[in-house]
Formats: sequence, structure tokens, C-alpha cells
Amino acid sequence: MTTKLMGTKVQRVEDDRLVRGTGRYVDDVAPDALHVAVLRSPHAHARILSIDVEAVLDIEGVHAVWTYEDLDGAMAEPLPLLIPHPTLTHGRTQYALAKDEVNYVGEAIAMVVADNRYLAEDALASIVVDYELLPAVVGIETARAAERLVHDDVPGNVAARMEQSNGDAAAAIAAAPHTLSLDLAIERSACMPMEGRGVVAKWDADNGRLQVWSSTQTSTGVRAAVAAKLGLDLLKVDVITPDVGGGFGVKINHPWPEEVLVPLAAMRLGRPVKFTEDRREHFISSAHERAQLHHVEVGFDDDGRVLGLDVRFWHDHGAYTPYGLIVPIITSTQLLGPYKPGAYHVQFDSLYTNTVIVTPYRGAGRPQGCFVMERTMDAIAASLGKDRAEVRAVNFIQPDEFPYDHGLIFQDGRELEYDSGDYPAMLTKIKDLVGWDEFEQFRAEMAGQGRRVGIGLACYVEGTGVGPYEGAHVHIETSGKVKVATGLTSQGQGHQTAFAQIVADELGVRFEDVEVTTGDTRRMPYAVGTFASRAAVMSGSAIHKAAKKAKEKALRIAAEALEADVEDLEIADGVVSVRGTDASIPLGTVAVLSNPLRYAFDEASKAATQFSVGDPGKPPVAEGDEPGLEGKDFYSPPRSTFASGMHAVIVETDPDTCEIKILKYAVVHDCGHLINPMIVEGQIHGGVAQGVGGALYERMAYDESGQLLNASFMDFLMPYVTEVPTSIDIDHLETPSPLNPLGIKGAGEAGVIPGSAAFAAAIEDAERLSITAMPISPSELFALRQAASTNAGETP
Amino acid sequence: MKPAPFDYVRPGSLGEALQALAGHAEAKVLAGGQSLVPLLSMRLAAPAVLVDINALPDLDHVRVDAAGVRIGALARHARVLADPDVARVQPLVTQALANVAHATIRNRGTTVGSLVHADAAAEMPMILRLLEGSVDVVGPSGRRTIAAEDLYVGPLESSLHHDEIAVEAFFPALPANTGVAFAEIARRHGDYAMVGVAAVVTVEGDQITSAKAGYLSVSDVPVVVDLTETLQQGGDPGETALALLEPETDIHATAEYRAHLVRVLTARVLTAAVENAQERV
Repeated sequence: MTTKLMGTKVQRVEDDRLVRGTGRYVDDVAPDALHVAVLRSPHAHARILSIDVEAVLDIEGVHAVWTYEDLDGAMAEPLPLLIPHPTLTHGRTQYALAKDEVNYVGEAIAMVVADNRYLAEDALASIVVDYELLPAVVGIETARAAERLVHDDVPGNVAARMEQSNGDAAAAIAAAPHTLSLDLAIERSACMPMEGRGVVAKWDADNGRLQVWSSTQTSTGVRAAVAAKLGLDLLKVDVITPDVGGGFGVKINHPWPEEVLVPLAAMRLGRPVKFTEDRREHFISSAHERAQLHHVEVGFDDDGRVLGLDVRFWHDHGAYTPYGLIVPIITSTQLLGPYKPGAYHVQFDSLYTNTVIVTPYRGAGRPQGCFVMERTMDAIAASLGKDRAEVRAVNFIQPDEFPYDHGLIFQDGRELEYDSGDYPAMLTKIKDLVGWDEFEQFRAEMAGQGRRVGIGLACYVEGTGVGPYEGAHVHIETSGKVKVATGLTSQGQGHQTAFAQIVADELGVRFEDVEVTTGDTRRMPYAVGTFASRAAVMSGSAIHKAAKKAKEKALRIAAEALEADVEDLEIADGVVSVRGTDASIPLGTVAVLSNPLRYAFDEASKAATQFSVGDPGKPPVAEGDEPGLEGKDFYSPPRSTFASGMHAVIVETDPDTCEIKILKYAVVHDCGHLINPMIVEGQIHGGVAQGVGGALYERMAYDESGQLLNASFMDFLMPYVTEVPTSIDIDHLETPSPLNPLGIKGAGEAGVIPGSAAFAAAIEDAERLSITAMPISPSELFALRQAASTNAGETP
Repeated sequence: MKPAPFDYVRPGSLGEALQALAGHAEAKVLAGGQSLVPLLSMRLAAPAVLVDINALPDLDHVRVDAAGVRIGALARHARVLADPDVARVQPLVTQALANVAHATIRNRGTTVGSLVHADAAAEMPMILRLLEGSVDVVGPSGRRTIAAEDLYVGPLESSLHHDEIAVEAFFPALPANTGVAFAEIARRHGDYAMVGVAAVVTVEGDQITSAKAGYLSVSDVPVVVDLTETLQQGGDPGETALALLEPETDIHATAEYRAHLVRVLTARVLTAAVENAQERV
């Protein structure tokens, strides 16, 4: 009997290849390709009066230089608005190459194709652009004040105003025995994958076929966009996603200007063409996230139970809205976390600024929402003089209340209905893990040494595994090896490992015999993409279903070959056998028998000659059947499944230097059944690292004129390994999802969500200073201490 | 992020290297490349010629004697850092080097290169000033020694002539009765410090006879402040230093916070240096 792999710490099979440098990324494809460099706007807001590219054409090694004037048809239209929404009344998207106006530093204006990237960059210097500078709108306050407009035809810089409520929050707050109001801010950060954006295209003129490689989180999306923009039949376009060096959200937006420009160049020039984004370009021309200002009004009772919650917030979406309102919608719904306020009202404005566009970054609006809700919980506890964990506990949705309907609409257009969870049990676990009840003793011990420590707790719920669907194809070859294809892409998650575990368990084959292909439209043309912590839930479930179909067929054929009942068969290590007998047949042989065209080219085919299947009186392929041993299926859930977690952190703040040190970081995590605990823990580790970055280090330092002052890894402070906790204590809770066959929930984004909330709480606890804006640096902590001592009338 | 076109020469002798430099007003010397190459890639520098001195013979030495530490132009930070004789004869060099960037950068970056790059946010120029060391340079008219106090003339600007190559740095040995200490605070491990302070203190019994501190990232050029009088008169050394420093606000820290760190770190390194001096009596 094969041991079940589901739930075990199977070593990732990807890592040997990836850590040895033998991964194959977009930039490794087509080494002979021509290279693209893009002229990007040096101004945050300007009208383009003229562009002179004359001098470029004489440069040896330059094959093309294009501006907007060189685009036609669909290419001359704005890029698509991927996710429209009825409240997105003033959505705007950019052109592949700017037409008349630029709205952020980094916006693409012209493109050069040359023998190599060096020449292409040299050539950019010869392009002369005449600009008329316009005043820049930078920051939410400036956008909100609307004294200047990003787009002339968008009044107030407001792209969308959205409102949702459940109950009468205003009345509940008015009637509540206690009320508080808070203003809370989160700054911009960005995904910053190791590999930036990249695209390669080859036009096969003989076959009228375009092949595109993109470092994307959705190959099917890029394919549809390229076909539409270039006027090609969908079936003439293949999009292949090779190894991707991280995505974290930024690569779900599509098509990027270069994703359509490079294929167009390949077609026009008849040569392979490549664009490999560099780090500065990634800073100024991909996407950022997170900047929001929030105002909270909350009414609560003597126990801290929230009776009414009213949140108004302002979301900075940058210069354009290609990805719609996903991020603020997620904030507006997911900030509720594990709690059930008596009444809730939320309203947000999504605002234009002359800065890089905003698309989801791991967590996607949840870190902001979690920060708002958890700061509110801490403020309630502080005002009542209660334990912060107790206040949370009285607000929890209880285990017997699932499914729990919040009476709101989630980002996927479905009801915000939690499927399962156990928040009280989770709170007990996190308190034990971090030593919550023993902390005051620890604080006293540290104080005795002149050291200052604080503890923070943050809880979240994450809607994962959003639809609409994913599919899978499972093909058992005559060799007995199993080839699996699913359409979503991989950017380092370990899909080969996790999906092979599912297939090995379901089919009874060896883990090593399962090969998984992702993100290749030739193998699976129907797919959505890898985002929203959905790959395991969506493709994992589809693969499970497809494997089940392949297994049913294998058993049917094997039963006939072995002259046995299906019920008496079992599959282990790739061999079907009749339980309790010696009779058996390898799956490879079953695969041979599944195809009436039995050319005996291999040993398996020869071996199959001893078996006989099929009724000679009927067609070789029966009605409703297919040749081959394959299974194909799709998974499409009614709504998202809701994972949850709680983080607790103990920090030490230096009384003199204001340095902030992490002493302990604890995570309790519930993603339903675990496919591979090692992969889940890896996801949590990476997420926590990004949470540390967002809380203590990372920000986009735009100046008033819209220049990004820290567009390099020298000044944009992603945490090094030395800034991340040396150990992260993790405990799991498994409340299975009833929505899918494996009982799983997503785990990809979880680690990052409560970072800022937990750190703010811990620093506040250490310093006895109100922390309302994140990230926080030692310099800012110093300023807060100074302000507090000034207010207290002490000498600063 | 590709450099603008440049010519590249890799001379096999110092003479050839000097010739290459003399031939091009826009030539730059390449040693470890840890500052220069990023500047090239970001097109913040566009020299016509790179004169790669990595093939020059006899320049990778680290020689230690009773007088002090002599470091050749091709000796990498990592090698100097790992040298126990350096740590024995001038421990401040070792302490400061441990704070220079990251291991991978120290493996290629050269100490002499860092000294003549003249970055006031870098550790080694300040240490050279504080210890009153010197740099030997060779040019068309021969070899000369530039004292540290004459080396740093402006932001990222040394007094080397364009046609000269720095061949060796000298850090004097730490005398008896004298102690050192180094402290810096950076946003992340290995980053340029927001403020860094080093101290050299000489004691006679319980008396401090000399106390000096060097500062990085709070001025355009490395600054050394003599704190002897302040300490002898029971003054506030941080305030004395701040009178000579110009902390500025940038995206990582405000001027006020930097000034605060100057006070905190000055006190910390003085205390540590005094202790160290008393251990060395």
C-alpha cells in the first residue's frame, strides 16, 4: 500500500534545480533575440509636445524606434481595464506608448529595438522629447484636496467611490456606551520579485504562429491580450511561462506595455525580440501597493464588543486603474477579520495620483484592513483597560456560527460568507505559543536590565481560492509516467511538489513518476492564474478531480484485462492488482490497452499483447469513450474559502537609539488540510519577511514633484536575512473547507497580512506611544518620543 | 542599467597603468569595482576608459610591523579584516572593516579603493582620518605620500590627481595606553550607516590625556573632532562634536535623529574606548 503523501513534509523537487542556477527563466530563452529598451517619462505629469527620434535611426545596430505614432488598430487604443466595476465610474488606463500626456515617472513613451540592450539604452539618449510640465499630484492628501487633477476629465481625482453596509452602523455607534475615532495610515511598498518583468516573442512566419514567453502570473490572460491587441486568432498564439523568479502579485496585471510591444516587434521585424526589465524600471514602471488613509468610528460596550463600526478610507491607486478596485474592495470587506461587529458601514474613494499604478501585492489590501481593525481592537482594549486578547475574543465569530454571512459582497462578486474556522481555539494556541500570559513577568525582568519590550497580537481572515475556475489534464503514458498539466503559472511556490503529491495519492503512482506542467497554453488553454492564494485550492482540486477520472478509466480497463471487478482492484506504486491475488497489470500497460492503435514500439506495448480488452462486435473506441488513459476536469467553487491566522510578536526598542529589534515571532495558521506542511511553513516564512519589510523598512519615497527618490535596493530597504527573525514559531490549526474535495484553503499570502498590525501593537506596547502609521523607522520612533515628551512638558 | 560605452585596458605594470591614465582625461581606475560598477550601470558615471589595475603585480599586500599596517591597492577588505596581525596592531581597522557592507562586497572591494573613493558615509576614510594615516600615490612625477588630513577635499572628492594611482594605505599602530571603539547605526545590517562614530582615547592613570572621535554620514567629508578638552572640563562631547558636524535629513533619518545618534554614539564609543585604553595600560 502506498503511503499517503498528502499532509507530509515532502522535500520540494524544484529546489535542486533552482538553487543550483539551472532554472530557466524568460531571459534564458532566445539568446539570439534583439533587445528592447524603453524611453520612460522623467516627469510625473507632462504634456508631450513633440518627440524627435530622427537621430536614433542612424545608429548602427538599431532596428526600430517607435512612439505612439507607430501603433495602429487595437495597439493604438488604451490598454485594457481588466476588472471593471459599476462604481469605477472614471477608470483610465495608459497606452502601450504614451499618447500626448504622461502621468507618472516611468510611463513608457518610446521603444528602441537593437542588437543588444547596451545599444538600445545608448540609443534612448538620442531621442528628444519636448515636454510641457504639469503640476504633479502626489500623496493621498493632495489627491483628495483636488486642487490639481491627474486626468483633466476626472473631477476630484476620484476614479470610484464605493459603499457597503450591514445594519445601521451610524445608529449603533450613536447608541453605544463607548466610542472612539482613529486615523490610520499605511504607506506604499511593492512586490519586488527577484526577477522583474520580462517577455520574449518569436514570430513563425511560415506557420503564421506567435510564441510568447512571459514572466507572468497568467499565461492565458497574456495570450488573450496579445491575440486581441495584435489581431491574431487565439489559436495562433502560444504563451509559455517558464520558471518565474517571484511574482507576489505584480505579474498578475497584464498586458504590460512591453507584453504587447515585444510580440508586435517580433512580427514586424521577423526576428525574436526580448525585453528584460531592470531593477530601476521595476521600481518606476511596474506596480506598487498599500498606500491608504483610514478614518474609523467605532461604538462598543463595556466588554469591548463592537456594536457599530464605520470606516471611511482613501486608496491611492496611482496614475491608472488597469486592475480595477480589487485592492480597496478587499480592504473594505476583509478588515472585518474574525470579528462580527453589530453593524458595519464602509466607504472608500479610489484616487488618482501621478505615481506608479497600484495592483495587488501579496495580501492585496488585507494588510491595511488588518491594521485598521487590529489597531481598533487595541484602542478599545486600551480605553477599557482590558486585556487585548480578551477584547478580541468577545468579538469573534464562534465555531458554531459557520457558514457565517457578513452581509457584504466580496472582491469576486460573491457573498462574503466564511466557510469554516475556529478563532477561539486559534487564540488559545497563539497565546501559548508566544507566552502572552507570562509576558508581564518578562517585561519586568527586562525592565530590571534597563531594557524595553512590548508584545503585539494581530488576527486576520483571508478569502482564498477565488474562482472562477481552474482545470487539469492528467495523462498516464505507456511508460507508466504521469504527465499533469494545469494552466495557472508557478513563480516558485512548489507546485510540482504539491500537485504531484495529490496525484500520487489519488492514482496510486510513485511521486517521482508525476511531472507537472504549469502556465503553458499549449497544454491547458483554459486557466485563470496564480494569485489570491488560489493555486492549491483551485488547481489542486482540479488536479484531484482529473486524476480521479483517469483512475476510474484505468480501473475499468484493468478490470476487463484482469477479468475482475473494479471493486476488487487497488493501485499501488503504479500497478493495478486484484486484492488478495497475484493478478496485476502495470498502469503503463493499461495505458497501452486504452488506445486501440497498438503499435508495439516499446516494452509496455509488447507486454500488453497478453491482455485482451474490448468487444470485437463493437467499435474500437466505444461511444462516449476516448482513446488514451487521460482525465480532464475543472474545479469551480461557489465562492472563496476563508483561511485565517494570528500572529504575535515581541519587540525590543532601544531606549537611546530607537532601534527596533524582534525578539520573538509566533504564527498560528489555519489553511484547512495541509498538502505539504513544509511548503506552507515556507510560505509563512516568506510572508513574515515581507511583513517585517512593510512594517519596519519599506516605503516608496516620492518627493512632491513625483520623483521616486529610492528606486534602488540601496535605498528601498527590503529586509535582508539579518533583519528577519531568526526563528518563527509556527503552529497549525486545521479546519477543513467544506467547499472543495481536499478540504484545503489558500496559504500564499497569509504570512504578510498581520505584519504591520502586530508590529504597531508591539511597539505601542513597548513605548506607551500611540502608533497610527506604518511603516515606522527608528527616526520616526525618535520623533514620536520627542513629540510625546514635548507634550508632557518635559525638555525635548 | 547597462553602462554607456567605454574602453577598457588591463595593464600589466604600474608604468603602463599610469600611461593609460595620462592618455585619457576621462579615465577611471578599476580595482574592486564595488562602487564604480554600480555607478557605471546606472549611468551616473561614464568614463571613456577603465584602467583595470587588477593585473598589476605586488599590490595585494597587507604588511604589519611595529609602526602600523600597510595595505596594498589590491588587498580586499575581507583579507585585511581576517588578518590577526592587523587586529593586534590597529584593532580599529578591524572593527571598522567588520561594518563595511556585506561579506560578498568585502570579498571584492579593496580598502585602498574605498579610501580614495572618499565617501563620507564610508567607514574607512573616517578611520584613516581619525588614526592620522596616509595614502601613497604614484603619478608621472613619482611617488608621494598624502596625509589623511590632506586627502579629503570635498564630497566624493580626494586630492589625488587624475593621473595618479593610490598604491598603498598606511594606518599607524595603536600606541600603549590608548584604546579604540567603533559604533554605527544603519537601517539594515551592512547598509551605509545613518551615523557612525569611532573614538581613540589615551589615558594616564585615571586621566584622559587625549580623546578624539571620527564621524561618518553627518558631514560632506570625514570629520575628526578633538574631545580632549571637553572631557577634561566635564563638558558634553556630543555637543562639541555637533558644533562641527552638519547632520542632514534624508529619506532614512531626520537631521534631529542623526544629531541624537551623534550624542548617543559619542558617549558609547568614548566609554568603550576608555575601557579599552585601561585594558591596554
